[in-house]
Amino acid sequence: MADFLLEIGLEEIPARMIDGAREELARRTQELLVRENLIDGASTRAFSTPRRISVVVPGVKSSQADIREEVTGPSTKVAYKDGVPTAAAEAFAKKAGVSIDKLTKITNAKGEYLAATVEKKGRAAADVLAELLPKEIASIYWAKNMYWRAGKPERFVRPVRWIVAKLDDEVVPLEFAGIKAGAESEGHRVLHKAEVKIISPAGYAEALERAKVIVYSADRKKRIEKALDAATRTIPGARWRADDALINTVVNLTEYPSVILGSFDKQFLELPEEVLVTVMRDHQKYFAVEDAHGKLAPYFLAVLNTDGDPDGLIRHGNERVLRARFADAQFFWESDQKIPLKQRVEMLKNVTFQKDLGSYYDKAARLARLVDIGGADFDRPKHKIDRNALHEAAWLAKADLTTELVKEFTELQGIVGGLYARAQKMPAAVADAIYDQYKPASMEDQVPRTPEAAMIALADKADSIAGMFALGMQPTGSKDPFALRRAANGIVKTIVEHGLPLDLRILFREALAGYKGSAAEKKFVKLDEYEASVSAFFRERLEFYLKEVRGFAYDEVNAVLAAGTDRVTDVMARAEAVAKVRKSPDFEPISVAFKRIKNILRQANEAGKPPANEFKASLAADPAEKALEETVRQTAPRVAELRKKRDYAGALAEIAKLRPALDTFFDKVMVMVDDEKVRANRLALLSQMLNDFSTIADFSEIVTEKQEERRG
Amino acid sequence: MSSTHHNPLTFQELIFTLQKFWAEQGCILQQPYDVEMGAGTMSPETFLRVLGPKPYSVCYLQPSRRPADGRYGENPNRLFKHTQCQVILKPPPENVQDLYLQSLQAIGIDLRKHDLKFEEDNWESPTLGAWGIGWQVMLDGMEVTQFTYFQQCGGVDLDPISAELTFGLERLCAFLQDKESVYDIVWARDPKSGRELTYRDVRHAEELQFSVYNFEAADVEKTWEHLRLYETECKALIDGFAVTKKAGGAERYPMLAAFDLCLKCSHLFNLLDARGAISVTERVGVIARIRALAVGVAKAYAEQQAGATNEPAVAAGKS
Repeated sequence: MADFLLEIGLEEIPARMIDGAREELARRTQELLVRENLIDGASTRAFSTPRRISVVVPGVKSSQADIREEVTGPSTKVAYKDGVPTAAAEAFAKKAGVSIDKLTKITNAKGEYLAATVEKKGRAAADVLAELLPKEIASIYWAKNMYWRAGKPERFVRPVRWIVAKLDDEVVPLEFAGIKAGAESEGHRVLHKAEVKIISPAGYAEALERAKVIVYSADRKKRIEKALDAATRTIPGARWRADDALINTVVNLTEYPSVILGSFDKQFLELPEEVLVTVMRDHQKYFAVEDAHGKLAPYFLAVLNTDGDPDGLIRHGNERVLRARFADAQFFWESDQKIPLKQRVEMLKNVTFQKDLGSYYDKAARLARLVDIGGADFDRPKHKIDRNALHEAAWLAKADLTTELVKEFTELQGIVGGLYARAQKMPAAVADAIYDQYKPASMEDQVPRTPEAAMIALADKADSIAGMFALGMQPTGSKDPFALRRAANGIVKTIVEHGLPLDLRILFREALAGYKGSAAEKKFVKLDEYEASVSAFFRERLEFYLKEVRGFAYDEVNAVLAAGTDRVTDVMARAEAVAKVRKSPDFEPISVAFKRIKNILRQANEAGKPPANEFKASLAADPAEKALEETVRQTAPRVAELRKKRDYAGALAEIAKLRPALDTFFDKVMVMVDDEKVRANRLALLSQMLNDFSTIADFSEIVTEKQEERRG
Repeated sequence: MSSTHHNPLTFQELIFTLQKFWAEQGCILQQPYDVEMGAGTMSPETFLRVLGPKPYSVCYLQPSRRPADGRYGENPNRLFKHTQCQVILKPPPENVQDLYLQSLQAIGIDLRKHDLKFEEDNWESPTLGAWGIGWQVMLDGMEVTQFTYFQQCGGVDLDPISAELTFGLERLCAFLQDKESVYDIVWARDPKSGRELTYRDVRHAEELQFSVYNFEAADVEKTWEHLRLYETECKALIDGFAVTKKAGGAERYPMLAAFDLCLKCSHLFNLLDARGAISVTERVGVIARIRALAVGVAKAYAEQQAGATNEPAVAAGKS
């Protein structure tokens, strides 16, 4: 048994790609060793820094076990002629690697055959790894690759500069990207110039720590957190602002991290916190510091890729950079306000929204129109909305794209507009709507806080989706350059969380109508498919939302979506009702019965045996048939009534009550009888049931226990 | 603290030192290309030389003009015209990152006392049909260099690839001299009197006047006319190459002149843009037109080079 170490040394890997690649390398290495019978257990450890991804696997066998197996050859009838081995026997012996006299005979059901005992020598682990591991390395997924060697023999994330591959103290002779593996690694770029000899895989992390590289990223994270704590402690009552994304980034930008505390002039605190934090976090990768009341304090924390800053030079340099950035932001903040947002709307004529869809001015005009229409839907006690504010916010929503502050800090679009609106004394409803218009940025993000903001956000996203779909530029496969899926997810989440009575079909019909008469219209090539493709697109998004975000079972989701997808809030309520009623004892039998109904109707249709237009009691020959019809006749209006009141759980409970009558019907009555009239009449009854009772969910989509067993 | 570094280099010493360093690594020194451009990448020393198989390593300064970035000489960090030091290593030696770090040491940065990070920053210029993979090199939180492995240029895949290092000299110098404003950079110090000449003394008037010209005074119609004229001639030259190639004698065809004309177009576009003279609908179209010129020249030049062999090949740095 030996420990195996593989370290791939690279020029700096992008921080965002390191974690995934490290785990993939560990997985691929481990799977290879398992596949090749070289390990039993699995306690692989994975390491990474910006300049390396590595894996240590303990307990690797020195070689594969030898395998003895009996192989069957040609029939003895062909193998011997007059007791002399034929060419067939010779060929078999050669292939099996034994001499002819070592061949044996076996008898099976088909007769007597030649056989040979073949010994497959297990290969040395080093040989197996040297041959197969390079292919695994080459298969690692990187979001962006490059060529670096002449002749372009391979693509990888960055140039590979060294490889360490060792089984205990023996170097595994593998080669990748023209680099032969050895025992020498590299230490920290600046703090440790000499090569680092790796004596054994077990001592890998320690050897590198001596060379000022902490290879285990979880250790770097702990070290950074401790250092952040320690640095912040020097300011009484202060705390650093936790930021998971930022901490992961700096963990992956450093090999030997330390932290410095810097400060900035208090006067910059007059700038909005959003701007200050964005500059610090997104542009400088600094942690913000807040005082005991949670207010931003004039300090920052920078994570360094070195062991300290004894002369204060690094702090000085970082403070200098931040000062310049804040000064810029302050200048923009002040100069932008010389032109109020209202005047900037006209300037949007010079900002392209999308090359075929016109300018942001055009978009603003469409938004104003769309929110007027959409807003009418809100004008009810439950969804109080300030329609004047809504209209104004729609016109102003994109005006901040003309500001220098947004040009400099694009991630603050919307937020800056909201801040300027507030500074320019516009009503809070307007400012908030502008501020929140891009929310939610992800499924984890908050939806817009106010109904006005929600309507602006919906209209903005719907306008983009409508335009792109009409151009035939909907997302396909992994390609979604305009992040339309995210926009649609945002629409779904916003509608649900605000409980809006919005109909997607109407929203998108109106969104498209907004382009009427514009130059964009001439480029619309996919108009005939528009409604269907938007609808299919949203069905997918709803499915994603219900399953992945809200955790509904897949069959419940299918059942609910089969009964309509246009009203998102309604879909949500129906899903909740189905999930609730599902546990009741009658529910699954009803699902089974509906599946049966659907099958019968389908088969009848395929056989050219249509149902009658309506059920006639006079044609009902069997009492069970009459009984079912009566139950249906009584239940249908009750279900319709409950459905109207959106008491979906109640309606479903009513439907479940059909069970005894349905059970008796299927027990006693044969539907597909020869008598055409009787048959058509029975089919009419079933068809009507399906129509009446599938408006909340299509029960036939529910997977029942029996089906589950079969699937298992 | 008066200064981050002992005896920091003046602006012109910074230039000498970088050029000397890279010359010692086997780069030839070229003079700035004397046509207006937005970045050193657009110089034929980069844009055209990275094409084709011939090794070529070069270091040159390139005044980079970006009309829209002008601030009338009022902003301490933003300039209409800044100075790039551009290094092309084709093919890049294996120790290219080390060489780069040595160049920082050469200009007086003691790396042991600073914080250095290579952060992902890939470069792409749709207008030039060019892209590359690389980093922005951060020193104490400031971007000091753009380090790019060129992968494609003018729509042509590169083999071998080139490493491109771009140093923004004003910013770098302000860091070395610890100045808050680029205008306070010491450009030169008289060896006899010790009198200092600042960046302001040398360049402020130019920043002010060109900001006025770019934002206010440039004659929009004439500039459009210039753009049209240059474009027409450039296009004619590109089209003519195909004919000449068939007839033979491709190597004397003035593709390099066509590229100058393409650069003119690009600059005039930037000028019109700064002037606010390009509407949304026009913008996309003009960019596409300039891209067509750049890609057309690059393709023709690559073909031309594939036929020629008499160019000097300069070896890349030690590896």
